Amino acid sequence: MHDLYSFLTGPIAAFSLIVFFGGMLFKILNMVYTVYRKERFILSYISLRYGLRSLVHWLTPFATENMRQHPAMTAVTFLFHICLLLVPVFLLSHIVLMEELLDIRWLALPDSAADGMTAMVVGGCIFFLARRIISPEVRYLTSASDYFLLALVVLPFLSGFYAFHQWPGYPYAVIFHILSGEILLIAIPFTRLSHMIVGLLTRVYTGSEFGKVRQAKDW
Amino acid sequence: MLPIGGCQMNQTKNWDWNTAEKIVSLKEWGDEANWVEDFQISGDGEQVAAIVNIGPEEFSVRTGNGQWDTSFDKIWNLRFLLDGRLAAFVSIDGEWTVAVDDNPWENRFEYVWNLVSSQDGAHIAAAFQADRKYGMVQDDAPWEQTYYNISEMAMSPDGSHTAASVQTVSLNEGEIGKFAAGVFTAALNGKAWNRNFTNVWKVAFHPSRESIAAEIRLGRSDYTIAVDGIPWNRNYNAVWEPCYDPATGAVTAPVRIGSAWYLAENGDILWDRGFVQLWHHLFSPDSRKIAAVVATDFGKWTIAVDGKPWRVNFDELVMDPVFSPDSQKLAAIVKNRGQWSIAVDGKVWDSHFDMTWKPVFSPDSQFAAVAVESEGGYTFALNGRIWNDRYQAVRDPVFSPSGDKMLLRYIHDGRYFRKVISTGDFPS
Amino acid sequence: MTEPVVKTDGHPENPQESPIKDEGLEAGVANLSGDRIEKVIHQILKDETAARFKAYIETCVHCGLCSNACHFYLSNDKNPAFSPAGKVKQTIWEMMKRKGRVAPDSIRRMSEIAHTECNLCKRCSMYCPFGIDIAYMMLVVRRICHKLEVTPLYIQDTVNSHSATMNQMWVKEDEWVDTLQWQEEDAREEIPDIRIPLEKEGAEIMYSVIAPEPKFQAELIYQAAILMKTAGVDWTMPATPGWDNSDMAMYTGDNEIMGRLKRKHFETAMRLRVKKIVMGECGHAFRSVYDMGNRWLGWRMPPVRIVHAIEFYYDLLKAGKIKIKKKYQEPVTLHDPCNVSRGGGLHEKARYVVNAICENFTEMHPNREHNYCCAAGGGVINCGPPYKLNRMRGNRVKADQIADTKAKIVIAPCHNCHSGLEDISRHYKLDVEIKFLINILYEVMEKPSQE
Repeated sequence: MHDLYSFLTGPIAAFSLIVFFGGMLFKILNMVYTVYRKERFILSYISLRYGLRSLVHWLTPFATENMRQHPAMTAVTFLFHICLLLVPVFLLSHIVLMEELLDIRWLALPDSAADGMTAMVVGGCIFFLARRIISPEVRYLTSASDYFLLALVVLPFLSGFYAFHQWPGYPYAVIFHILSGEILLIAIPFTRLSHMIVGLLTRVYTGSEFGKVRQAKDW
Repeated sequence: MLPIGGCQMNQTKNWDWNTAEKIVSLKEWGDEANWVEDFQISGDGEQVAAIVNIGPEEFSVRTGNGQWDTSFDKIWNLRFLLDGRLAAFVSIDGEWTVAVDDNPWENRFEYVWNLVSSQDGAHIAAAFQADRKYGMVQDDAPWEQTYYNISEMAMSPDGSHTAASVQTVSLNEGEIGKFAAGVFTAALNGKAWNRNFTNVWKVAFHPSRESIAAEIRLGRSDYTIAVDGIPWNRNYNAVWEPCYDPATGAVTAPVRIGSAWYLAENGDILWDRGFVQLWHHLFSPDSRKIAAVVATDFGKWTIAVDGKPWRVNFDELVMDPVFSPDSQKLAAIVKNRGQWSIAVDGKVWDSHFDMTWKPVFSPDSQFAAVAVESEGGYTFALNGRIWNDRYQAVRDPVFSPSGDKMLLRYIHDGRYFRKVISTGDFPS
Repeated sequence: MTEPVVKTDGHPENPQESPIKDEGLEAGVANLSGDRIEKVIHQILKDETAARFKAYIETCVHCGLCSNACHFYLSNDKNPAFSPAGKVKQTIWEMMKRKGRVAPDSIRRMSEIAHTECNLCKRCSMYCPFGIDIAYMMLVVRRICHKLEVTPLYIQDTVNSHSATMNQMWVKEDEWVDTLQWQEEDAREEIPDIRIPLEKEGAEIMYSVIAPEPKFQAELIYQAAILMKTAGVDWTMPATPGWDNSDMAMYTGDNEIMGRLKRKHFETAMRLRVKKIVMGECGHAFRSVYDMGNRWLGWRMPPVRIVHAIEFYYDLLKAGKIKIKKKYQEPVTLHDPCNVSRGGGLHEKARYVVNAICENFTEMHPNREHNYCCAAGGGVINCGPPYKLNRMRGNRVKADQIADTKAKIVIAPCHNCHSGLEDISRHYKLDVEIKFLINILYEVMEKPSQE
């Protein structure tokens, strides 16, 4: 058990981080290269000012018309994504692991806060799941892969939550948590979860086209 | 405008290069008519003319020698030909024809338009419509065969032939299958090619033989060039206007393969590199070089000579390339960041303008001159130097056969000026 | 069966009626084989799309948030098949899932979806959190259909006209010049020395229109001529092909013809040495000359400045070159055409013009960039009568939007919007009159003859 733990938090963790960062980096570089090679016109329309203007609006809660039309979705989406990004990075036990692995450390979230935020991620996933099932326009677009991705995201948080509270059999939950977290990291560059970076780029491009060429807002 | 700027030396040698200034007052033209339209100036600068309204639906032509004897219901497209004759489309009792120097042609039509002329101006032709059928009329001789529609009218350089894209079969709206199968072809002197195509555009003449080439489209997505009705044996994603090699008679055209444009000759790729855009290709006077307007990248325009682009590029446009008579230089209009200028062999003039016309080379190829708009008026520029005065209207400058003098034609303050200056008169 | 009234729930007509018959689609589908479909899909998706397409596919998280952007979706009782992503699902996703092995009948349906159930209005780009350009995805579908020759008949015929005559309505070269001269003659009854200057090299402005103007609405050219004369504008119109700025080829994915049209248009303006092209009140033509056609040819921005009529009127009014006798009194509302507001940012200038010429202006809601499309644009109305009923059902929200303003005059500075809103007014018995800005401007401005 302990060997497995060491293996997962050592080489496999390193591997998953390398795949995640390397994969995302490759994805972005490949995208830019493909644009340069085949759609160079896009580069000539990219505008930092208008791209960021659009991005800022879409990263600010309720700053866009569509966000205001879906208040619950907007609130959940923002909380979910904030927690999703903060908890893994600022969780004390993760930081301790990173210190062991790379000898670097940074400030940690209080455990109670991290616990609550994890619950929010899980809650967010439940909300998204419910929305996929209940809302006709979302159900129409939904296929097995969407549930799969949702599961991929929720499992590390669910298991982490379980392990943190040391509920029965939690050592297994720890192993499951680490494994599922690593699978998630590895999966991001190869699935629609890559929207975490690519979505910013598409937004910047659209913002540029709307702002610079069409002289209109896109929010 | 008919190409007056590019006059041949044998045409300009008999012109008056000695009188410094000739002036025609135009003020009374307006006083004696209800209104005056469309001032025209002859190539040699000796004549000026305009359409005048002299009564309700009554128009005539006023020249320096007085008014035409005839008046018409309507006149448009008044133009001086290169041989000094004055042509216009005129309406007589609801019928249209061409009038040359006050003499309407015998043939009358329901409509005439699109005047084309031979290089020396001695021959002219126009498109006509009569009884909903279309053709061309050349020096008052209409085509025997007429068609359902006509476009892309052209005349051979020597004026002996006319050609156009024509519709040989009637087509009702919505007949997309019939359209794709082909209702268009090209007609030379009124005689249609024996095969139809989906589209036929840009009819180009052989410089000396009775031969034409055109862009054709076969079905919805295949394009190629046809020469005298026979398509090249390869299709492309798109093509632009063909041009004959004056030396060999081979046909060249820009063709699109994938998303890049190449220059092809008789169906084979001529230049080894492709461009984002490639058009307006032309041969040097000695036929040894081919130049074209190209985009080396998205939004980067320049000139390529024999496939090699200039080192500079321009973000808005490059147009009207012209070779010097010795074939050694090439000038073109360039527009970059909203400013117009002239570039010669990749070097841009220091001066820039609000608008420029096509550059003209001196016979010795040493000078390039151009009519420009600058600082609220029209004027001239010579190798980047700008003439002092601004006028209300100007025409292309013309060089004397020896190249040391220039003819400036302009209208200012109700007067027309024909001025002969020395090229040295230009401020440095 | 009676025509439906505003704010009904559900379709008054039976949704199960026989499928639409379109000869263009039928003939095209009859010539399809599985191999050809696969080859074309593969060619377009592999060679003609690249990083942008891939990013859109990989970024879409199937959240459905684009749905509310679409008037088809809203008007069809939130039927998810009409949502923007829903249309991508039925077309692009299907093609990708089947690796191009799509049945001919499916291509027919995909062509219908892409050509007649999406106006390419780009409103959904403003609702998608990632700014995915779903209009572009629909254009990719149209491009595939073009290559497969499965394009609705009416719009294909229009593209054929474009290719043969360089205008959208088979207007022959003589008819064009003749019409201008006839309009000039008519206008001389009002202002004796008025001109429609043909082929005037070096004029400040080339005025360009779409072919329905000389064909059916010549009074618009007449009114423009009076406006130009009144404002003392130095303008011209070409006597050659290249005068028409419209472009249905852009909407069938026939990019090669689009490029050819726009080249002709720009080169005509350059031949006339004009400083700018002022275009009549048309939206799609603005998109074609300002955004799409120029790009295909390699021009980052149009090589000749493009000034839409809205901006032109704005400039003239602002500079005091046009004076208003008495403002128009009838209550009016303004429809923002997608291609000039979302596509050109002209909505505030449009309001300036409307307020300058009209006394009683009521906004419709939503407005400006968020205005609902007329459902005619994007080539949809050009697909012709077979799709008219779907187009009407697909824009109940527009009818509600107009009805709520209580205005009896709707100003629509775009030809497609104009026709589309007239259809909506008739279908939903709104009894509103659709006007161009110039119709009102012509009526209320001081003219030289009256001084």
